[in-house]
Amino acid sequence: MSALLEVRDLSARVEAKAILDRLSLSLPAGEVHAIMGPNGAGKSTLSHVLSGKPGYEVTGGSATLDGEDLLALEPEARAARGVFLSFQYPVEIPGVPALTFLRTALNAQHRARGEAEVSAPDFLKLVRARAGALKIDFDMLKRPLNVGFSGGEKKRMEILQMAVLAPRLAILDETDSGLDIDALRIVAEGVNALRAPDRAMLVITHYQRLLDHIRPDRVHVLAGGRIVASGGPELALQLEREGYDKFAAAA
Amino acid sequence: MSLAEALQHGDLTRLPSRREEDWRWSDLRGLIRALPPAAPAFSGALPPGPFAARFPAERLCLVNGRGPDTIEIAAGENARLGLRLVAAGEGQGDGEGQGGGEGYVGRLRLTLGAGASLVLLQTHEALTGGYLAQTDLEIVLGPGARLERLVLVADAADAVAVTLSHVHLAEGATFVETVLTTGARRQRLETRLTHAARHSAATLSGLYRLAGRRHADLTSLIRHEAPQARTDQLVRGVVDDQARGVFQGRILVQPGADGTDSRMGHHALILSDRAEVDAKPELEIYADDVSCAHGATVGALDAEALFYARQRGLSEAEARALLSDAFLGAVLDRIVDPELEAVGRAWLEAAVSPEVGPGAETLA
Ligand SMILES: Nc1ncnc2c1ncn2[C@@H]1O[C@H](COP(=O)(O)OP(=O)(O)O)[C@@H](O)[C@H]1O
Ligand SMILES: [Mg+2]
Repeated sequence: MSALLEVRDLSARVEAKAILDRLSLSLPAGEVHAIMGPNGAGKSTLSHVLSGKPGYEVTGGSATLDGEDLLALEPEARAARGVFLSFQYPVEIPGVPALTFLRTALNAQHRARGEAEVSAPDFLKLVRARAGALKIDFDMLKRPLNVGFSGGEKKRMEILQMAVLAPRLAILDETDSGLDIDALRIVAEGVNALRAPDRAMLVITHYQRLLDHIRPDRVHVLAGGRIVASGGPELALQLEREGYDKFAAAA
Repeated sequence: MSLAEALQHGDLTRLPSRREEDWRWSDLRGLIRALPPAAPAFSGALPPGPFAARFPAERLCLVNGRGPDTIEIAAGENARLGLRLVAAGEGQGDGEGQGGGEGYVGRLRLTLGAGASLVLLQTHEALTGGYLAQTDLEIVLGPGARLERLVLVADAADAVAVTLSHVHLAEGATFVETVLTTGARRQRLETRLTHAARHSAATLSGLYRLAGRRHADLTSLIRHEAPQARTDQLVRGVVDDQARGVFQGRILVQPGADGTDSRMGHHALILSDRAEVDAKPELEIYADDVSCAHGATVGALDAEALFYARQRGLSEAEARALLSDAFLGAVLDRIVDPELEAVGRAWLEAAVSPEVGPGAETLA
């Protein structure tokens, strides 16, 4: 049986520039894997290709979710099947209150899966509970999504959306960057609270810092567009000590 | 040269043509091959108009241009009123607007006495198609009078419709208008406003949301003839498919209109590579100590925002509608009267929602 997320020999390019180079990765349900790598290694590209961002051309390989070909699906169809991307740079949506956006998204996913829509009171109850745990002021959710939010607020808003949408596969792209130590702890607790036997998470990070709070089951090193090393949590500590140079050379 | 003249004289050569500077993007001469018969008086019963529940006020109706020719709000009076401009001819048109429809010209004079106040919901409704119509409104505000109108234009897709409003502001008068339209085969919504005495104020807002092959032309000429008057204009539009939006805004500050404060903005989103927006904002200033500004942008929806919304599960159509709606919402924020604002928001929701499509005829 294949893992929840199975990536095999995935190659992709953007604007004629090859970025992912036969990347392989297996992420079983219930596990949290970290992807670490130097700037420009292709970490965000991997997250974009898996979530279906337009502009990337897959030139080889495959990616499946529960055995189903992900790459053939529109981004919204992937979302409905449970793919969630916490953006490295969350986008501002002027004129759309965060609550409206989140409710529209949740109900769109429910409709796509043939489930009943969530009633307004149930939705508000759910959001209030999740926002409280992430120390997000409820009034902030009435403001246009991410407009004028600080870097930390934007990242917490990503985690709130993840908590409400309850994905099967969460990809967190440098959710730790730009966070102070308190915000980092809150975000990490939010992520840990979402660990579940039927859910998997891919935590992309540049630093080891976040992994002190989110203990990954495995750590992969991405360099030059492919996974060049994999190991247990101790690999993150080794990277922190020795840097990426050794692995970059291997790519 | 006007559609009204051409219809009244049965003379095609009196139609405005592309050779006229301010009709070059809304040519009627090249579009209309034959003038239709005059629309008959309407004998049936009108269905209740849109938003009867949300805006409960007396309704006056002009059907096929026929109806009252004056509305007077006496000095000091406060009123709320609905004005329904209804096209209800017998013909159906052939879907292309060639023949079949009827033609009519409507005229109405609306006066507000000194200190009077009116909140007006003006709806353009189509019970038929293929019509050629011009409606001229003359709006005269006495000293200190205040008029706010919300204009909802739901013309038939194959109609040709011109609406021309002449607005005259006396000292200290306030005019607030918000025009929302889904366009027509060819449609011109024009406001010519004169600040005739000092301290008058005009807030002009417009929104066009066009799909299919629809066209809408929002044209305005604002004349500052007296000192210390204000104009604040904002028009936003979204065009999809093969639709075409036109904005022509001209603010003229005459000699002696010192201390004028006027600003104009036009911003449009183009959702399809076959859609088009033509814009011409103009400021002409012949006075001193004037504060004037204008801004104009035409662009596409933000691709990053589109992907972000789709990643969260919105379909591409839903994401485009959500972002377009949000972009246009800035116009509705300018409506002052809360009931009118609620009507405007409900109208936009219906116009943007992919399931409902354009047209507000069935709204309660
Ligand atoms: N739209 C693009 N056009 C051209 N090059 C790009 C584009 N997006 C990313 N790249 C390049 O692809 C490489 C990988 O980028 P990225 O996936 O963002 O790396 P990481 O997230 O690991 O820092 C970089 O060299 C970057 O410059
Ligand atoms: Mg990155």
